Amino acid sequence: MGAAKLLRFLAARSVKAAIVVLAIVVFQFVLIRLAPGDPASVIAGQSGAADPLFMEQLRAQFGLDRPMHEQLLIYLRDMLTLDLGFSHRQQQPVATLIGERLPATLLLTLTAFLFAVTAGVSLGVMAARRVGRAADSLITVIALTFYATPIFWVGLLLVLVFSVWLEWLPSFGMFTVGADLTGLAYAADVAKHLILPSLTLGLFFLAIYARLARASMLEVADQDFVRTARAKGVPEGRIVRAHVLRNALLPVITFAGIQAGQLVGGSILVETVFAWPGIGRLAFDALLARDYATLLGVFFCTAVMVVVFNLITDLLYALVDPRVEVA
Amino acid sequence: MSFWKRFARNIGALVGLAILVLVGLMAVLAPVLFPFSPWEMRGIPFMGPGEAGFLLGSDSLGRDVAAGIAHGALVSFLVGGVSTVAALALGVTLGAVAGYGGGWIDDAIMRFTEFFQTIPSFVLAVVLVAIFTPSITSIVVAIAVVSWPPVTRVVRAEFLSLRSREFVQAAEVLGRGPIAIMFTEILPNALSPIIVLASLMVATAILLESSLSFLGLGDPNLMSWGFMIGSGRSVIRIAWWMSVFPGVAIFLTVLALNLVGEGLNDALNPRLARRRGTLPA
Amino acid sequence: MTAPILAIENLTIGLPIGGDRANAVEGVSLAVNPGEILCVVGESGSGKSMTASAVMGLLPKGLPVRSGRILFEGNDLLALSPEAFRRLRGVRLGMVFQEPMTALNPLMRVGDQIGEAFRVHGERGDVRAKVLALLEDVRLPDPPSIIDAYPFRLSGGQRQRVMIAMALALGPSVLIADEPTTALDVTTQMQILRLIRGLQKDRGTGVLFITHDFGVVAEIADRVAVMQHGRVVEQGEARAVLDAPQHPYTKALIAAVPHGRVRPAEAAHADTVLKVAGVAKSFRRGGGLFRRGTPVAAVADAAFSLKKGETLGLVGESGSGKSTLARCVVKLVTPDEGQVLFHGTDLLPLGRGAMQPYRSRIQMVFQDPYASLNPRRRVGDIIAEGPVTHGVPREQARARARDLLALVQLDPGAMDRFPHEFSGGQRQRIGIARALALEPELLIADEPVSALDVSVQAQILALLDEIRTRLGLTMLFITHDLRVAAQVCDRIAVMQRGRIVEMGPTAEVFGAPRHAYTRELLDAIPGKAWTPPLEAA
Repeated sequence: MGAAKLLRFLAARSVKAAIVVLAIVVFQFVLIRLAPGDPASVIAGQSGAADPLFMEQLRAQFGLDRPMHEQLLIYLRDMLTLDLGFSHRQQQPVATLIGERLPATLLLTLTAFLFAVTAGVSLGVMAARRVGRAADSLITVIALTFYATPIFWVGLLLVLVFSVWLEWLPSFGMFTVGADLTGLAYAADVAKHLILPSLTLGLFFLAIYARLARASMLEVADQDFVRTARAKGVPEGRIVRAHVLRNALLPVITFAGIQAGQLVGGSILVETVFAWPGIGRLAFDALLARDYATLLGVFFCTAVMVVVFNLITDLLYALVDPRVEVA
Repeated sequence: MSFWKRFARNIGALVGLAILVLVGLMAVLAPVLFPFSPWEMRGIPFMGPGEAGFLLGSDSLGRDVAAGIAHGALVSFLVGGVSTVAALALGVTLGAVAGYGGGWIDDAIMRFTEFFQTIPSFVLAVVLVAIFTPSITSIVVAIAVVSWPPVTRVVRAEFLSLRSREFVQAAEVLGRGPIAIMFTEILPNALSPIIVLASLMVATAILLESSLSFLGLGDPNLMSWGFMIGSGRSVIRIAWWMSVFPGVAIFLTVLALNLVGEGLNDALNPRLARRRGTLPA
Repeated sequence: MTAPILAIENLTIGLPIGGDRANAVEGVSLAVNPGEILCVVGESGSGKSMTASAVMGLLPKGLPVRSGRILFEGNDLLALSPEAFRRLRGVRLGMVFQEPMTALNPLMRVGDQIGEAFRVHGERGDVRAKVLALLEDVRLPDPPSIIDAYPFRLSGGQRQRVMIAMALALGPSVLIADEPTTALDVTTQMQILRLIRGLQKDRGTGVLFITHDFGVVAEIADRVAVMQHGRVVEQGEARAVLDAPQHPYTKALIAAVPHGRVRPAEAAHADTVLKVAGVAKSFRRGGGLFRRGTPVAAVADAAFSLKKGETLGLVGESGSGKSTLARCVVKLVTPDEGQVLFHGTDLLPLGRGAMQPYRSRIQMVFQDPYASLNPRRRVGDIIAEGPVTHGVPREQARARARDLLALVQLDPGAMDRFPHEFSGGQRQRIGIARALALEPELLIADEPVSALDVSVQAQILALLDEIRTRLGLTMLFITHDLRVAAQVCDRIAVMQRGRIVEMGPTAEVFGAPRHAYTRELLDAIPGKAWTPPLEAA
């Protein structure tokens, strides 16, 4: 795909992404209206903890005295200017809270994602090349096991084994509190804290990618063009690399896009288990405190993350598959 | 070969089915085996498995972990089953209308579905349960709301390919109406992927329910596996059994459903199951 | 006589336990001489493709070679190590497959795929120049742009040329072609056949050509071997076998080949049953919720009429719009404009209710016997469904279904069985019975025999002809096969790119075609110089 075509593709997809973001805001608006009680009380939480002044402030912010469509416009304007509301509990704007926590979540999810894709696809390819043999069965069983295990439980088991019993790795937080490390030492400390959470989050997706890659490899291996390559006298190793694998990766890319939301959702659980200071942990704290302004802010933020991630996978797909029509 | 024979050839599927039957029995017999409320204090807190008459130990309030697991099974099956049925009803309807109707209605439904697939499903479920207050109803609704899009996509794809098949055209030429064609010609041929998907959806729903109750979003009146793990989390250093055993229950149930799903897939699509490519080592 | 370059001796290939028979191929001996084309001909399941795969060492796993030798340039291929065999493939042995649409890697440029043949066999030098020369040799337009194109940009015929270029890249001494033109339109088929013939002559390549079509045999073969149930039943010089077959199976096969002799036109009836005027239909490609796609005309300004008892053939290649036009008549497709007058009533403005009485009077027989019957319903219900929909009591409809099964020469015991228990030909009979159940006046047959083996084809055509005369049916017969059309139709309409370019009595259209495209089509009939001997059977 040429550069100009690529840009056009990117522009078209960005417009689509923007429409989706708008739709998400509208959806959120509808959601708040559907909830029992008026929006201000929903946002402030049902615990009744909110003081009248704060409620008044909220009502003014939502323009609750105005007609519905104006309320929607106000809400749209607020959200799109990243005015995600004010957390009464933390006495800070939600956007600031999320901004502080987002890097930690990105670090965790991206590490887990890269681990899951590389290890999962490698295992899937290995299984497919040894289909029906012991290695294949072993990989299939491992994949099925992680697929069927609740993510938070895996986290707890890992903590139990590696922190409580073996005392190898830290079980919570992102860095050693009070150590005041800098530079490389700090990075190493964070990396050490990152191992268990990213492993926990990654294992589930590893299972998915391994199963998908295996099935996809086997399906492509059956196709006519593989037979063509064989008739050409292409060595088997090259058939797998140049013909089967490339085609088999297409559904993996598609799936990565679809799975993005699950990855972000899983990070709520993992961050909760490991007290990882990201937006997932923020959401959990907000849940406990019934701080729904923050919860909705996190919801919006994760949805936008997924949209961006989908944009990237679309682009990647278009780069790999020449058949994608530039819309 | 009969359906059952093909299913029984898959050993994993048989094992899965056996586990499901056992868990099902446990759910049904819970009031007989543990004829008391799982919330009731039965003895000294933090007893290990086998100690003081606790098969699987007791929790921080002296409640029986084994009783909790048995009573929690019903909640898991209930939530998994009901939310799957609800998601199927919505997903099959939308998918059938989109796939059979085609044109703009297909476009509209598919955009709607894609939109729901973009929203991170677990986060949405958390938000839904939180703002509608945790209860078994809100949990079932939330899980159904986040699980229907894959159904719609599968059913739509099936209907789309089946509706252009010649036997459907033949029915049209015979003068049969669209509703009759959808129900008698297309749907029976689209059932196998729906059945397979349904078994996997129950598994996912059970995982979702346990995740929600782990975060404290379970129905406060019902004991559930996720809640047990969540309440054991902070004391895992002194009472590992509180978190480990309910986790095993979830794992086995979800695993069994997946195994059964694979067995159904092999049995219902014999051609696909036999189509095994040969890759060089 | 020179020694054969490829000699298959007494080859037996097993089938997995539980197959239709013990061996897929049994005791087959064949020889290809340098520079000659040997056609192996047979119906589906005869083992002809399996033989070709064995020569290439591409047999699917689970099909063991039980005995025999394959001598190629003096060496037994079956005794070679996998690696030694691989070094022969693509170098000394080339192969072209049936399905050009799926035979190329969709993610790899055409030039790279051909170039790969050079590279994996250690060929140095300017590969790109060699690939360009090959593209030139297989007469692809504009090689410099095709070399960098991805396969999806190419038509089926162009892809098959790429496959041929790839197979011939390193100058193999034997080319194996497994039904290389079956998936192509007639005119493209003829071009590819001529290309293979030409390249083979220039290079002195021996060709093992697998086909099911005696027309293709007549067009291209030097020698021919006929296979049935995994055995070679007859082989010899092409002329001799075609004109004086010896084995009963060969005789039966050749007798079943549509002879293409124009059938005497029947006296036209005065009543016009169907009149189609100004029908046009275009589809939109691409597009979405907010954007309309680009329209592609499938049918443009089509007009014809059918008199009672007459059979009109709609003839054309794939994409010519013949099937769309037929579907417009039964309103499976709603035309954008025009009229479809049935006994003077325009069907197009009718709603579902008003259309209902006409539904029973116009019926259709479909192409694919495997897709046209609902696999989940019993045959009796499938046939009775139409009358039941139109208010006939179920018992009465089922009784009639039983009679119809007898009419299409099937056992009444078929009533309670499912479609998958029947062969392709039997299913097509069920499809015909379903259409006849409503006692239609007008029968639309959309390629009713093109998915069938040649001997079954002949039976179904005979059945249709018999029913047509017996019930006085009017028929619209869609086909891509001109020989079939000549045999079945009173008049012919030739379609090209959505338009009817020529229409007239069969004898005239075939004897004195006026339109250039009709001439091209007639010229492309494989083996047109050969007339199957009448006394063959």
